[in-house]
Amino acid sequence: MQTNQKESFQERFQNSRVLQIVFALSLLILPFVLQYFGNAWVRIADFALLYVLLALGLNIVVGYAGLLDLGYIAFFAVGAYTYALLSSPQLTNAFPSIAALFPNGLHTPLYIVIPLSALLAGLFGILLGAPTLKLRGDYLAIVTLGFGEIIRVFLNNLDRPINITNGPKGIGDIDSFTVFGTPLSRKLDLGFTEIPSVTLYYYLFISLVAISILICSRLEHSRIGRAWMAIREDEIAAKAMGIDTRNLKLTAFGIGATFGGVSGAMFASFQAFVSPESFSLMESVMIVAMVVLGGIGYLPGVVLGALLLAALPEVLRYVAGPLQEMSGGRMDSAILRQLLIALAMVSVMLLRPSGLWPKPSHKHNSPKANLPTNRSSENA
Amino acid sequence: MDTLIQQIINGLVLGSMYALVALGYTMVYGIINLINFAHGEVLMIGAMTSWSVMGLMQDAYPTAPGWVVLLGAVLCACVVCACLNYGIEKIAYKPLRGAPKLAPLITAIGISILLQSLAMIIWKPNYKPYPTLMPSVPVEIGNAVISPTQIMILGVTAVSLSCLMYLVHKTSLGRAMRATAENPRVASLMGVKPDMVISATFIIGAVLAAIAGVMWASNYGTIHHSMGFLPGLKAFTAAVFGGIGNLEGAVVGGILLGLIESIGAGYIGELTNGVLGSQYSDIFAFMVLIGVLTLRPSGLMGERIAERA
Amino acid sequence: MHDSAVPDSALALSVRGVSKSFGGLQALKDIDLDIMRGSIHGLIGPNGAGKTTFFNIITGLYTADKGDFKLLSKSYSPSLVHEVAKAGIARTFQNIRLFNEMSVLENVMVGRHVRTQSGVLRAIFKTPQFIREEHDIKMRAHALLDYVGIERFAQHKAKTLSYGDQRRLEIARALATDPLLLALDEPAAGMNSTEKKELKILIEQIRRDNKTVLLIEHDVQLVMGLCDQLTVLDYGTKIAEGSPQEVQKNPLVIEAYLGTNSATHGTKNHLTSVSQ
Repeated sequence: MQTNQKESFQERFQNSRVLQIVFALSLLILPFVLQYFGNAWVRIADFALLYVLLALGLNIVVGYAGLLDLGYIAFFAVGAYTYALLSSPQLTNAFPSIAALFPNGLHTPLYIVIPLSALLAGLFGILLGAPTLKLRGDYLAIVTLGFGEIIRVFLNNLDRPINITNGPKGIGDIDSFTVFGTPLSRKLDLGFTEIPSVTLYYYLFISLVAISILICSRLEHSRIGRAWMAIREDEIAAKAMGIDTRNLKLTAFGIGATFGGVSGAMFASFQAFVSPESFSLMESVMIVAMVVLGGIGYLPGVVLGALLLAALPEVLRYVAGPLQEMSGGRMDSAILRQLLIALAMVSVMLLRPSGLWPKPSHKHNSPKANLPTNRSSENA
Repeated sequence: MDTLIQQIINGLVLGSMYALVALGYTMVYGIINLINFAHGEVLMIGAMTSWSVMGLMQDAYPTAPGWVVLLGAVLCACVVCACLNYGIEKIAYKPLRGAPKLAPLITAIGISILLQSLAMIIWKPNYKPYPTLMPSVPVEIGNAVISPTQIMILGVTAVSLSCLMYLVHKTSLGRAMRATAENPRVASLMGVKPDMVISATFIIGAVLAAIAGVMWASNYGTIHHSMGFLPGLKAFTAAVFGGIGNLEGAVVGGILLGLIESIGAGYIGELTNGVLGSQYSDIFAFMVLIGVLTLRPSGLMGERIAERA
Repeated sequence: MHDSAVPDSALALSVRGVSKSFGGLQALKDIDLDIMRGSIHGLIGPNGAGKTTFFNIITGLYTADKGDFKLLSKSYSPSLVHEVAKAGIARTFQNIRLFNEMSVLENVMVGRHVRTQSGVLRAIFKTPQFIREEHDIKMRAHALLDYVGIERFAQHKAKTLSYGDQRRLEIARALATDPLLLALDEPAAGMNSTEKKELKILIEQIRRDNKTVLLIEHDVQLVMGLCDQLTVLDYGTKIAEGSPQEVQKNPLVIEAYLGTNSATHGTKNHLTSVSQ
């Protein structure tokens, strides 16, 4: 009964221009509503949007192609560090030769550095995906986890003998974006009102999310998307139907990684600081949880999962206080968040494995799945 | 040369612990084709439990000799871990036995994080020193040293492995386990209850991991809630290295991996002209894993997994 | 250059000298096979004869130790499974391998993958070629579903179909690849006699539409009534070949079926009685 209700709401939404416009408008006004409660809430929304981008990217790999990547955060890291290295004093401080080349500092223009971040991440996606092509599901998971950890260890240790990443201290003083001449790091003065920086970033991020959803949707309903899903469902049958599974898996890894790379560049610019801490295994797991718990392979479900798990820690801050007192200081919001994510993963898999908002299945599910057929005269 | 002998000793000790944990992974995978992601956390819970028990025992019987306290702590840890692993299997893995492969993997990861979180809550997140109950006078072998704790680790591992081999090859439970590992359906037709065998596998794996946890804590002197993650991952690598599902392979893989890690950490500075230091030693295991899976996926001694439908 | 009896281009499939051993066991020894275009060719033999191995080799799932393979006189190398489909052999599976969570229509649309080109960029930018190609794929898929008789289930998830309909879906999906040779792996397994009759009608229709069919089957009656030519394997070698009438009288064949186990005892009567 519940599924039917959700279906009809979804269908009503899809069929109604009005509802769609209302939805779009509310998304546009949202930051101003949140601002009323404090800019911190807009910041939370911004980070949540970054997570949505990551979840959308991982959904291509896990949801469409069925490849369980537990090291996805590595691509986020590649994007973030690429941007950071090309838009901060790190390289000019560490290498006098570079400082000489760029006396005004290294401030790579956006139209170069963002595609570069995306491309580099995509390249890493293909490189890291290549050894995994023949592995079965669980091994694939562990190997990708290993890759994620390897990248993190390198980021943490590439400050000796030459300082590339500045190790655990991270890279700061990262340039913020300047879009069409408007710097996003300062508030925008429109005369009758001011738009704070966090809101400017909100609009940037939500545009990216909208574009990403469009890209994912188009890929999903295309020859490539169907081929990915065929690989996910039965790789041998897919091969037998002429699908070059190797190339398609690499494509999935590559495109998924690109989303991570762009998101990483956004993150570096927004936070103006990156360090290896932000790219731990727990982050990879959380993004997997977002995709799987939300509704694997189904875009609305994935977005929902991302928003829920991204917003969760913030909501928890309000609950954590009293809990912390009750448990004698043992529980803080970070631990609580981990605990809840873990419980969510286990319980959703046991109780509702297709996710919180799975793809609605066709209304007229054939009840005759395993009953003897009653042949009509159609085939006489 | 002296460094080499020292690295070899360290490597053997490390490898023994990896072997103990690798056995748990390999036995479970051999029977139900599942990577028990939470197995590393069982090691951690074993260490933490033993720490608590040691504290209690030392308060209650301050004059008890070290080895008695150690023994008591190990026994308690084994019991706790056995019950824990048994419970995990029944609650989280058994219901998903027929499900598509993604589901039990996600659940296993969830359990792993759950255990870490619970450990943080129960034992608090700080690093704790672990009591050294063995005498600390090292024994000298040439210019290398081996501590009594390390000797104990090697000894305990040897004893545990012998017991396991006896169990697997000479008892009816062992026969049932081997039969189920080869062909669960036929085994059940012969009267072997698969549920019982699976539970036994989890319990035995947990006991080995608990022992390994106490050994690990004794060797490194500290415990904390995330101490199980890396050893767990590396032990899994060792299991794959030796051939998943293959008990002898797990032992061989574990010891080899310990040696590679130890010797590699010692010489990597020289090998890479100072570019990479020993802080990269954690990656060795991953390199081995990727290498094995790319070049010889069935492992050194061949894999043994259950025949599926 | 011409074979005395049959010009090369009349052969859909021509395979020479296929051998395969697994470890110490020789599964196939020097098998030759010719399949005439537009015919239905059956591959039969007792259990363990090597039919599935041979079938899997032709379709690329296993690699032969040696052998030459020609499709319509053009050599093909069955070492990469997806290349085999591209070359023109499409297969079904004994244990039905559908894309269970995808819809019936989508399953057949996947079959069109190998004959279409739109890639990532065309999909993302929704170019006119992409839109046209998608439309063609959809139309073709609907037509094929109609052809096999399950068009009304187009939007259902593949796993919800009845067993017989799932087999039809697999055939439709294979036909979507525009194959030169349709290779069916025990298509009648698990079917009742009504379903088998319908399957026979479908396969005959496929032949009428100028497709060549190779099938492995255990149902001797079905095979006798359906196939134009039979190849009989036993213990990895070819022991007989010819029309069903010729084959069922062949003493080697009778021996092979009778000699293995008493369960096939009834097959002897079956073999001789199906000449009508």
